[in-house]
Amino acid sequence: MYKIIKKRELTTNIYLMEVEAKRVAKSCEPGQFVIVRMDSEGERIPLTICDYDREKGTITIVFQTVGAGTKLMADLQEGDSFHDFVGPLGCPSEFVKEDLEELKKKKILFVAGGVGTAPVYPQVKWLNAHGIAADVIVGAKTKDLLILEKEMEAVAGNLYVTTDDGSYGRSGMVTQTIKDLIADGNQYDVCVAIGPMIMMKFVCLLTKELNMPTIVSLNPIMVDGTGMCGACRVTVGDKVKFACVDGPEFDGHAVNFDEAMRRQQMYKTAEGRAVLKIEEGDTHHGGCGNCND
Amino acid sequence: MDVLKKVPVREQDAKERATNFDEVCLGYNMEEAMAEASRCINCKNAQCVKGCPVAIDIPGFVEKVKEGNIEAAYQIISESSALPAVCGRVCPQETQCEGKCIRGIKGEPVSIGKLERFVADWARENGIKPVCAAEKKNKKVAVIGSGPAGLTCAGDLAKMGYDVTIFEALHEAGGVLVYGIPEFRLPKEAVVAKEIENVKALGVKIETNVVVGKAVTIDELMDEEGFSAVFIGSGAGLPKFMGIPGENSNGVFSANEYLTRSNLMKAFNEESNTPIMRGKKVAVVGGGNVAMDAARTALRLGAEVHIVYRRSEEELPARVEEVHHAKEEGIIFDLLTNPTEIIADESGWVTGMKCIKMELGEPDESGRRRPVEVKDSEFVMELDTVIMSLGTSPNPLISSTTEGLEVNKWKCIVADEKDGKTTKEGVYAGGDAVTGAATVILAMGAGKAAAKGIDEYLSK
Repeated sequence: MYKIIKKRELTTNIYLMEVEAKRVAKSCEPGQFVIVRMDSEGERIPLTICDYDREKGTITIVFQTVGAGTKLMADLQEGDSFHDFVGPLGCPSEFVKEDLEELKKKKILFVAGGVGTAPVYPQVKWLNAHGIAADVIVGAKTKDLLILEKEMEAVAGNLYVTTDDGSYGRSGMVTQTIKDLIADGNQYDVCVAIGPMIMMKFVCLLTKELNMPTIVSLNPIMVDGTGMCGACRVTVGDKVKFACVDGPEFDGHAVNFDEAMRRQQMYKTAEGRAVLKIEEGDTHHGGCGNCND
Repeated sequence: MDVLKKVPVREQDAKERATNFDEVCLGYNMEEAMAEASRCINCKNAQCVKGCPVAIDIPGFVEKVKEGNIEAAYQIISESSALPAVCGRVCPQETQCEGKCIRGIKGEPVSIGKLERFVADWARENGIKPVCAAEKKNKKVAVIGSGPAGLTCAGDLAKMGYDVTIFEALHEAGGVLVYGIPEFRLPKEAVVAKEIENVKALGVKIETNVVVGKAVTIDELMDEEGFSAVFIGSGAGLPKFMGIPGENSNGVFSANEYLTRSNLMKAFNEESNTPIMRGKKVAVVGGGNVAMDAARTALRLGAEVHIVYRRSEEELPARVEEVHHAKEEGIIFDLLTNPTEIIADESGWVTGMKCIKMELGEPDESGRRRPVEVKDSEFVMELDTVIMSLGTSPNPLISSTTEGLEVNKWKCIVADEKDGKTTKEGVYAGGDAVTGAATVILAMGAGKAAAKGIDEYLSK
């Protein structure tokens, strides 16, 4: 069992949990992810790693309640445990293995969207710990959905916060901030964009124009996370890759986002039904179209 | 009774079982088992034993069944096999023990598989456990993977007195026995879980949720965690796809994904939290045992199911019994048919599959007649689901993170067939990780050979 030693509601429907998982904490690197199961009947839910503490043997995860599984997970409290917690899965971010002196010469721009801010954080933190100050754009729909601002501020070079509705920080999409930064004369050797698929797609369209190499981190549907099921297959250039073992990070300019977004819809109906069932509880009356009673 | 014929085994009616996930074969009862056992002529130079990859003393245990002493029969089997209830159900006996049975020369061979199953089931129901090691050796062995190879290797080593820990990547032990083979062929709670309990009762520890190669490397296990030897039984888990256009459309799955959702995650049960596509018309591409399993699962989830295979019935790699069961249940076989493209609607969902008719030409290097396309024979099958069951290959997670471990061009670990020895000292391997996808019993045979190899190595 994997004990939850800290739980925080970062904002409405976004939770942070620090979980005891010694083997994962010992070996994980920025860019990797875990799969968790709440109980012996639970779904396998892939989650990005937001932070890790090798000495304490803990992993911090951040998740948004989107499906039935994450909704139930949000009810777990400090002292409760996850039934299963496996990782680290996927490949670490490439820069982890790069020559440090070479890396220090690079100017890196991170673009984080929504809950995607969580997986960006350990990358920026790692760079900061190695003496590299990366610029970070954090985008959120609105002020209330912004997470980890203080934490990010502490490790980023320059932090630019933008909200779609202008309720906090700059106003507009993250792509607008990228354009502004470039217009102001900033130059970047590489961009790392992590967030909703649609955001990554538009960031990539822009950075392609700007000739800025861009890495994205994909979170497709998967079951085992070790290369076994192939549910997470994604077309990158002319090759089919498994996001769980070949990724989750890929060259954003080569990813077929339209296909990836389509594949994310695969179980939408089933998920919707499951969520309805939880929300309606005993009052569930068959509105899901799935049951007769 | 006709001594030339097997005592028939009771099965669930085909129509009824096509709608449920209960076990198809009901097995023998005591009376039937003793009658069947009496057909064994107890050959001096028993050929059946030579046909068994783990060399069970078959005439020995059958003799005990004949006498009605099932506990003694169980202990004889347990000396050689850690998973008799599994093997009695999924071994291809027709090409192994039963294929060599002298009785089979004139008439039907002794139903060794069904007898093994009966003995194992009886022992389980009567709480009989395998016998533990008398003396403990103070040496730790790590086993990677809890499938048939790993469980057998671990069980044998524990019986020799070693301190064995199995590392399993998934949340549940059993490997292909839990994620691959469906409930209706191999019940999970009643059979697999109990056999694993028996392996644990021998003193084997199982740590789930550990992906070796990611969470910990083989070198770390040996250098930091004190394991003197390692057995790799990580199987062949990577699914193959055809590489045809449209294969990433919504509604195309690997058999691995489809079966894992149903078997491991219990998606066949509507109460499960894991969803599965319940198609109306499903094509399963491939002709192996896994294809039959996927097809019969889809059928039970309510679909009209077609097996699409490019060669003819004679070349189907699946066991005859599985093909027979599939046909009985109403699976449609579209043989000499090869898919060329998956067709999807504008939102990306599968609507059909373009296929071409094939005919058999000259034999290829496998000795089977090579299928060649029939000109202008393309047609479209209307479908909403396609399951690709084209075989699997070993996962490179371990080999790519272990220095000095040699693999061949198919990413299979190079290991000595005799004792499982790899190119890295103290590291042994066996099962599908070495051979590529094969059978449960061959993996068990390899696990057994490696246990002996490891014992010899650690006794030096």
